[in-house]
Amino acid sequence: MLRFTVRRLLQAVPTLFVLSILVFAWLRLLPGGPATALLGDKATPERVAAMNAVMGLDDPIVVQYFRFLGRILTGDFGNSLITGDPVMEEVSWAFPATLELSVAAMFLAVLFGIPMGYIAARFRGRFLDNATVVTTLVGVAVPVFFLGFLLKYVFTQEMSLLPPSGRQDVLIDSTRVTGIATLDGLLTGEFDATWDAMLHLILPAVALASIPFAVIVRITRASVLDVQGEDFVRTADSKGLTTQVVRKRHVLRNALLPVSTTIGLQTGLLMSGAVLTEKVFAWGGLGTLLEQAIQQRDYPRLQGLILLFAVVFVLVNLLVDISYAIIDPRVRVR
Amino acid sequence: MSILSTRKAEKIDSLAEGGTSLAMDALRRTFRSPVAILGLVIVGLFVILAIISPFIAPKDPYRPYPELKAELTPSNIPGPMPGFLLGSDQNGYDFFSRLLVGAQQTLFVGVFATLIGVAIGMIIGGLAGAFGGWVDSVLMRLTDIMLSVPSLLLAISIAALLPGSQWTVIIAVAMIGVPVFARLLRGAMIAQRSSDHVLAATALGVKRKTIVFRHMLPNSIGPVIVQATLTLATAIIDAAALSFLGLGDSDWRRAEWGLMLGNAQELLSVKPSLAFFPAIAIIVVALGFTLLGESMRESLDPKNRR
Amino acid sequence: MALLDVRDLGVVFKRKGTRPFTAVDGVSFSVEPGQTVGLVGESGSGKSVTSLALMGLLPKRGAEISGSVTFEDTELLTLSDKQLRDRRGRDLGMVFQDPLSSLNPVITIGLQITEVLERHRGMSRKEARVEAAELLDRVGLPDPQRRLDEYPHQHSGGMRQRVLIAIALACRPKLLIADEPTTALDVTIQAQILSLLSDLVSETDTALIMITHDLGIVAGLCDNVNVMYGGRIVERAARHDLFERSRHPYTHGLLQSIPRLNAPRGEPLTPIRGSVSDNIEWEQGCAFAPRCPNATDVCWSEPPELKADDGRMLRCHNPVALGDAVTEGAL
Repeated sequence: MLRFTVRRLLQAVPTLFVLSILVFAWLRLLPGGPATALLGDKATPERVAAMNAVMGLDDPIVVQYFRFLGRILTGDFGNSLITGDPVMEEVSWAFPATLELSVAAMFLAVLFGIPMGYIAARFRGRFLDNATVVTTLVGVAVPVFFLGFLLKYVFTQEMSLLPPSGRQDVLIDSTRVTGIATLDGLLTGEFDATWDAMLHLILPAVALASIPFAVIVRITRASVLDVQGEDFVRTADSKGLTTQVVRKRHVLRNALLPVSTTIGLQTGLLMSGAVLTEKVFAWGGLGTLLEQAIQQRDYPRLQGLILLFAVVFVLVNLLVDISYAIIDPRVRVR
Repeated sequence: MSILSTRKAEKIDSLAEGGTSLAMDALRRTFRSPVAILGLVIVGLFVILAIISPFIAPKDPYRPYPELKAELTPSNIPGPMPGFLLGSDQNGYDFFSRLLVGAQQTLFVGVFATLIGVAIGMIIGGLAGAFGGWVDSVLMRLTDIMLSVPSLLLAISIAALLPGSQWTVIIAVAMIGVPVFARLLRGAMIAQRSSDHVLAATALGVKRKTIVFRHMLPNSIGPVIVQATLTLATAIIDAAALSFLGLGDSDWRRAEWGLMLGNAQELLSVKPSLAFFPAIAIIVVALGFTLLGESMRESLDPKNRR
Repeated sequence: MALLDVRDLGVVFKRKGTRPFTAVDGVSFSVEPGQTVGLVGESGSGKSVTSLALMGLLPKRGAEISGSVTFEDTELLTLSDKQLRDRRGRDLGMVFQDPLSSLNPVITIGLQITEVLERHRGMSRKEARVEAAELLDRVGLPDPQRRLDEYPHQHSGGMRQRVLIAIALACRPKLLIADEPTTALDVTIQAQILSLLSDLVSETDTALIMITHDLGIVAGLCDNVNVMYGGRIVERAARHDLFERSRHPYTHGLLQSIPRLNAPRGEPLTPIRGSVSDNIEWEQGCAFAPRCPNATDVCWSEPPELKADDGRMLRCHNPVALGDAVTEGAL
């Protein structure tokens, strides 16, 4: 198991390496180059030249790249043009918010997606199944941000049930520990803060969960249908095991293998969706940082965020691979 | 292959295994299902609307009307009135006409984003599939990397480099599809390479070029068509998402549903229908392409062959 | 009193949009305690469907089962799913064709054995492990204790088939159904598995239904043989009778198409012509008629009945004449 984990970790290195080259090259593709990106479009040629000298942009490109690599390896992504703060600092401040939102959304998607997919498979071809399949197809067709607006409109404007935006009511006094609002309240004993944070979390999490939910339902359904027809399920039945044992130990355990892969793949979509959802609900996480960076063409921040998102995505896939090996013994030996 | 996108890649590869030797048969089966027919009807109506909308639009979608402008204030956008079925948009243009014409622009963005993605992807995948060896390794590693960036981020990083125009949106969205199509075509071609008719052709001494273009490509095209249909749906949605993030077409006058939806986000409390109608239009069209694509995929799946 | 009595068993598959398909039609046979009965036929003859129907393993939707299956005074076909699960694995065991896919890949071999023991013999997990190791030892797996914590993919096909046999026999069932248990295995392994099976059933006095397309297996193992064609039994005889004097042209053809070492040099093999897809409906006549060398007009117009003839049961208008037969020794 350890060998497997190490091997997978090592396989991630070349990918991250090439990725760093691409992100490095990306800024250099800008019309005017990185100096213009830093100084803005209206910079005078003299200032650009001065900046080039300061930043070592006149050095050979390979030297520049390794300097860049050295900096990002120490966590230095430069300073944001908007705030002047180090990008790394901004990102680590905003990261818990996005993490909280994404985990909550994935939790909802898995919590409801797997049972629904399973039930649909059990009732294959009947009304319940067809209804589920159509729902998931519609779910994928609805733009995440529009769903966010819709939820916001219904639950805040029309019904006044839930807070429309933000992560916490301004009137609530809370202490930041981890930056994950729902968790901080529990850690410090400020339960009203946790409750308030949960209320704020519901709508964005539901909106963000919609697509992974739909995908998980469909994969679970297809996978259960596949496994149900496997020979070993017939063997389990021929042993006279109770229906519950056959379903849980033999069908579901095997059917969840492809589902776990999907969950890994969905993190990419989840990050894309988080950017949109955060804007709708003024969430104040990485998505908000990204959106500001786009509006203001804050390239250092954009560069840092893109690299960070990609690294997180790579790491999540790594985790999925490892968890896959835990459930499926065949993967370990391969 | 790197780990990160192995799973994603495997998924795409497994789609490619469907093959197309029985493509016609699959097509016939596709259009027996009511779901496929519904998808086809939606897509058909959308395409027809896109073609005829400039001729049936009651008003000019690209010019403000004084009747509408007269009542337009920041806190009030006129609703339906005689001659203007859905009233005004935020700029005093006829909302209904813009909605109709939007079909054309939306189809334009969706089709070109998909086609460019298919074209680049097929060049990459075709080269990898036809040559194999190190060409294959290098190109596939490249697609792995592209798959390792979340799709919208990929589009954002490209759109952020270019000026905000319609073609920027199209190219940015197209890039999302590139690695998918590349892997798909490569997978299908590799499956073809070891198939009997290609082996037979090779054994007979047929030239590689002929084999690739006469045998491998035509037989690999089925999964690509299916994926392209599905990609049309997501391309339209992704284009809307870019507009929503402010990376869309900077020409706010253009009547395109994604752009209209993106530009209406600040006006939800004033006139929600400005966001609502374009959104519904996008959802219905995306659903149509998805239904069509999914049912084609299902009938192409060898497991469902009967 | 027979252990298992199958009367007039029929299985019709119905599916929306397709014509109902009769897989098994009017099949009757019985199995005495400790007896080994063969069910022989080519793929599509209905032999596997018959076994699945006996075990209650056919899908509830889509398969219509008629007739009666009595096992020790209990009618199996009318049992509820729960009652059936109480008996399956305990009184009736089954070994399947493909050992590679018949074991759950993600749980240990140990658990796949102990779960039966826990279910039917009320053992604790601990007791069951001890018993499971003994079972593995009995089916000839070396180092059984270690095997318990291993996964199926770590073993060869032959080893896995041994595990499946251990599972099927874990609760000392009175009847074991083996559905082509050696088809997926190498020839050398086939013989090992067959001798293991026959040793085990005779040791424990378990009755065995051996389902196969291979007459060689039948010759070495079965007391009684039922030959199936197109979903019906066409000939039933004691082993010696069948091999010495096969009467049905289909059985005869099967025997003729086996290469024999003692055949004169240069003598051609005589395969059965055509394939199952040539069959006509039993309602119209004899399903085998299109492929039968003896077929006459009556075979095309009148369905033959299964009748006692010459100490056996036979469903044929024009049986093979006596004296034309192949001898058992020839196999």
